[in-house]
Amino acid sequence: MNNDTDAGLRTVLGHVLGLSAVRLAALTEQSPLLGTLPELDSMAIATLFAGIEDHFGVMFDDAELTGETLESYGTLLALVRSKGTA
Amino acid sequence: MITTWPAPGSHAGAPEFAAAIDRGRRARLLIVPPLFDEMNRTRRLLVRTMRGIDAQGIDSFMPDLPGTNESGQPFASQSLHGWRQAMAVAAKHFGATCVLAVRGGALVFPNVLPGWVLEPAAGASVLRQLLRARVIAAREAGLREDSALLLEFGRNEGLMLAGYDVGAALIAGLESARPLDEGQREIRVADLGGAAPWLRAEPGDDPAQAARLTAILAGGIAGWIAA
Repeated sequence: MNNDTDAGLRTVLGHVLGLSAVRLAALTEQSPLLGTLPELDSMAIATLFAGIEDHFGVMFDDAELTGETLESYGTLLALVRSKGTA
Repeated sequence: MITTWPAPGSHAGAPEFAAAIDRGRRARLLIVPPLFDEMNRTRRLLVRTMRGIDAQGIDSFMPDLPGTNESGQPFASQSLHGWRQAMAVAAKHFGATCVLAVRGGALVFPNVLPGWVLEPAAGASVLRQLLRARVIAAREAGLREDSALLLEFGRNEGLMLAGYDVGAALIAGLESARPLDEGQREIRVADLGGAAPWLRAEPGDDPAQAARLTAILAGGIAGWIAA
């Protein structure tokens, strides 16, 4: 179940940010996101969360859309998993 | 490829523009673009598709929504109602026989025409994304804003959202607007292959995706003409 969330999240990141398969595969839970991906401006972040919501059928609260959430791939993955995604 | 059209509120000194491929043919497709940033992100796909269907004998017209691109009208005075009227005028002006509405364009397209909606978006989801982008940008600047409070204010006063001066009427309209499709066929991004260009911060060029969209449109129109 958790592996599906991981794969799904990589797919959404790839679609929204246009990351190549090589860059996506290289993401680990420790990989920093915000500040290292130049693609992530505020509109892209909003789009990314909308993409995650659509893909997993979940909803985020404003308070969850913080820099801390996007600190690393692992923190974002943990948030998505906390929504009980399959 | 760029022409002008007489939108409500436009005049000789401040025309509205449209991308157009017009060879006076029978099949004439009106393309109603998405709203806000998604219009820019999808432009390459849509213009490539216009060229694609041109090669298949179909004329096409993609008017700018008044207040967007090089429009002489202020964005702040736009509303979904106004855009609906404008797209109906464009359909008549260009003699459109069918329509493709993309994403938020499905909120304002002339649904008396047969055609397609491509991943139609609800107004509330368009608005939510804009509000979020603003909240996130504020947070990056060390400010705390709240979507619900912003919305409350915006309903009365309008709001700057993602660089757009969004008037109160447009905000109120987006809050409740649903896609208008009535019998138009729905196209999903999965039908086109590749990533949705409106989701991409920096959309690339995807000729294969435009070719798929071209095939869907040209196939459908050929069927209607034969019928």
